[in-house]
Amino acid sequence: MIRSRLLLLATSACALALTACSGGGGNASAPAGDTVSVGVLQSLTGTMAISEITVKNAEMLAIEEINAAGGVMGKQINALVEDGASDPSTFAQKASKLIESDGVSTVFGGWTSASRKAMLPVFERTKNLLWYPVQFEGNECSPNIMYSGAQPNQQALPALEWAVAQGHKSFFLVGSDYVYPRTANLILKKHIEKGGMQVLGEAYVPLGGTDFSGVIAKIAQAKPAMIINTLNGDSNVAFFKQLQAAGINTKTMPVMSFSIGEQEAQAMGAGLVEGSYAAWNYFQSLPSDANSKFIAAYKAKFGKDAAITDPMVHGYLDVYAWKAAVEKAKSFDPQAVRKAAASLGGFDTPMGKVSFAANQSLVQKAYIGKLKADGQFEIIADSGKDIAPEPYDALAFPGKTCKL
Amino acid sequence: MDALFLNQLFNGASLASLYLLAALGLALSFGLMRVINMAHGEMLMLGGYLAWMTLLVVPGALGIILAIPVAFVGAAAMGGLIQSTLIRRLSARPLDTLLATWGVSLILQQGARDLFGAVGVEVRAPEWLTGSFVVFGVTLPSARLFIILIAALVLGGLALLLLKTRIGLLVRAVNQDRMMASASGIDVKRVDFTIFCLGSGVAGLAGVMLALLGPVTPNVGQSYIIPAFLVVVMGGLGSIVGTTASAIILGLFAALAQIFVDVSVAQMLLLVFVILFIQVRPQGVIAVKTRQLDA
Amino acid sequence: MPDLSRLDPLKPFLPWLLLALGLVAPFALSAYDLNLLARFMAMGILALGLVLIWGHGGILSLGQGVFFGLGGYAIALHMKLADLPSGEIPDFMVWSGRDSLPFWWTPFSSPAFTIAAILIVPTLVGALFSWAVFHRRVGGTYFALITQALALAFSTLIISRQDVTGGFNGLTDFYSVFGFGLASPGTGSGLYWVTLAVLCVAFVALRWLLASRFGILLRAARDGENRVRFLGYSPTPFKVVAFAIAAMLAGVGGALFTLHAGVVSPALIGVVPSIEMVVWVAIGGRYSLAGAIVGALLVNLARDAVSSAFPELWLYLMGALFIFVVTLLPRGLAGLVKRKAA
Repeated sequence: MIRSRLLLLATSACALALTACSGGGGNASAPAGDTVSVGVLQSLTGTMAISEITVKNAEMLAIEEINAAGGVMGKQINALVEDGASDPSTFAQKASKLIESDGVSTVFGGWTSASRKAMLPVFERTKNLLWYPVQFEGNECSPNIMYSGAQPNQQALPALEWAVAQGHKSFFLVGSDYVYPRTANLILKKHIEKGGMQVLGEAYVPLGGTDFSGVIAKIAQAKPAMIINTLNGDSNVAFFKQLQAAGINTKTMPVMSFSIGEQEAQAMGAGLVEGSYAAWNYFQSLPSDANSKFIAAYKAKFGKDAAITDPMVHGYLDVYAWKAAVEKAKSFDPQAVRKAAASLGGFDTPMGKVSFAANQSLVQKAYIGKLKADGQFEIIADSGKDIAPEPYDALAFPGKTCKL
Repeated sequence: MDALFLNQLFNGASLASLYLLAALGLALSFGLMRVINMAHGEMLMLGGYLAWMTLLVVPGALGIILAIPVAFVGAAAMGGLIQSTLIRRLSARPLDTLLATWGVSLILQQGARDLFGAVGVEVRAPEWLTGSFVVFGVTLPSARLFIILIAALVLGGLALLLLKTRIGLLVRAVNQDRMMASASGIDVKRVDFTIFCLGSGVAGLAGVMLALLGPVTPNVGQSYIIPAFLVVVMGGLGSIVGTTASAIILGLFAALAQIFVDVSVAQMLLLVFVILFIQVRPQGVIAVKTRQLDA
Repeated sequence: MPDLSRLDPLKPFLPWLLLALGLVAPFALSAYDLNLLARFMAMGILALGLVLIWGHGGILSLGQGVFFGLGGYAIALHMKLADLPSGEIPDFMVWSGRDSLPFWWTPFSSPAFTIAAILIVPTLVGALFSWAVFHRRVGGTYFALITQALALAFSTLIISRQDVTGGFNGLTDFYSVFGFGLASPGTGSGLYWVTLAVLCVAFVALRWLLASRFGILLRAARDGENRVRFLGYSPTPFKVVAFAIAAMLAGVGGALFTLHAGVVSPALIGVVPSIEMVVWVAIGGRYSLAGAIVGALLVNLARDAVSSAFPELWLYLMGALFIFVVTLLPRGLAGLVKRKAA
């Protein structure tokens, strides 16, 4: 009896181990049969799930559209979705599972810099290719990653230039305590000081934090002309609410945010943030046929109330860029694909014509939006020209260049 | 005096009020039953969501006043459910209670995520709560004044209840000597249950107060629960006065520390402060005298 | 209460079975699966420490992530420095605005210092911290709450000192350890054998310790701290030593985990991961060393299998499992086996 129980326990443990770990090897460059596997790796659970699921949806939409139109080089795309669980080490683990066990040709995914940093060694080791869709702090340049989200010089700096052109001369920097806000603010500080203007204060609150009493007391004392806000997610609601309660009027002390998109605005009750500014490379309100088509397709599939954001569009265009690059290279080999992607030239996307630069980041425009009561942004300024991506800010990090 | 200092003094008072509302229930039931409900933070969350729903039904100024009893009753009911189905069964195992109620906390958080979505909902405070007063150059947001007022009322009400009513008498008796109280015919289990419901209800109130300051999210309780635990650790067993004093000390400490360091470091200092404090007074700010050795 | 003569209900069978599985695994599993197994085994080392303090010492720590992190960061500092071209500083320091290495990083370039740090730092921190609390006779629930605050404070502190810790991103992008390239398959399986060996050594040592006079007194202090005092022993040193040993095991587990995972980050050491570590042991069986290892393996395998397919389900499942095991099955799976056997 004892033995049989133990045996049962042991066999079930083994069975669980085997089912959890099963999966054959594969050859990335020559997918077998009529399908090609790609990985979609976003957080489906944990703190980041709310944002990352929308990017996963956009990536899946693109994959379905491509499959419906005949696939890539005659092959249907087989998307393998994995959960990064908002945890960097899980991202690394799942990336290596997708590449080494499932044999995917490429992976779309990641949101936080932490997740990208954790996956980077996996992609470099396996010589695979990751398509990363979110704005980030730059300072990274890997041959195995295609960076479609904005570099600091494509979002933060254009926003600063615009603010300066509006006559704002002193700033207070507020952010969630993680890498992007701290590094973006470091770059901004250098540029603000170089321009002879003032940084009156800088404050960070732990991710998800909701107590801003101390920060707001400091802002009230400093009286900046503008607040530059890199807070993440729900912290924004608490911040704006407490700002209002403390009698600080965002009309006289405007707020420029880098992490408030349509989704956040919709959730925040736009009345609270109405009239504040945001900088992105895409707004849902961008007028173009390609954009309306994308929005309609997304809403048809994921609900008419869905908000469309910048990272979603980057996730969507990544899939199309991969398809175009595969077809140009006539190969699924990640090395050939990345070279082809960087020399694709302009391709059409919901955010207009964009292209990948030689450093594998996206050449794109920047827009400044003003939040309206309905949770949409009114585009009030744009960078005019396409901005070439600069992973290393020349002023903050002199002498650093991208070596691929 | 420096305006920032005065401002933080006031913010410290409002933080202390939140800590107090969050910690009172924990401290009361810890004094009685020696157990900590790790799902107590979710009572805050529940209070917040109940306030939000109340305001959906009854918008406007009346809504927030109505939300207070609704949140209290809702959270008290949930607390009662947890106490009678789970905690009572584990009464002799305080550490296991900690773990089992953490499981409850996980389920409640995920439940809220599925019901209300992962993005926070916003409780729109009425006009008279969104303004502020300026006194001696210090801005006093009315929402924070309101929170301090509610905390004071709850504290006063609780003191009256414990000192002047029969149920209060029973609670004090059980608090002093559980065995003797039981032997003299007091229905100890019922006292436990009542106090647990009451404490959960107060946490629900705290949730309404939090909703005035920030969004209600599935994990809104988590950001205040750990300081509330520290308040309990520092307060001393089963003493309302001790809990209040320790909430005030920690609230002021956290707010004043933020003048010099950022929020993250202030959090670390708070813990260091509590550990140093128990070096001096391991029994807490105020301890109820008892003859029991294994208190 | 556990029967003293049979500390481990599964004593005769399970450890040998686990060892056999551990020995066969490298020949049966792919490199990816082996790596996964090795990570979980590293977590198992931490779980052993929890059996010592929680099962046998009655000390519930909701902050083991802190010590896991100390070990993990120690080896990560070394690997960061090892791959660094001379005269340069790690990339994250550059983008956080630093231009020189902090002084306390420098000694980690020595492998010997690093190994010593992995063993000593968590042990010392664990000893000091637990002494500060226990010597004032604060324990039980209070201690659990304080350890949870410690986990929160430690992870927030690491995040906020991005310029010297790598912040929220943690530390990653390692290429070699003690001269072995991490990308080569030989290193992967070599590290697996190291992990297995450490796990076995820790298992045997703890089993010896639990059967010794120390173990008896630890259990006595758990069951009646004042009675132990009246018998003329001070329970504090026993509890502090036990906690320090558990901290050391957590640190070693953290260092090995970091080697296998290739990343150490605050996400692994905060409040939630720390309490999950207790879940492994609760499910496996808090009194049983072998049970704890099984618990760590099973919970992590299940998470891996469930969370991708049914992301929402995972949290419900874990919450329910926790309530169920703690309420109805306080001895965990190991207790289940014993009860049937009895």
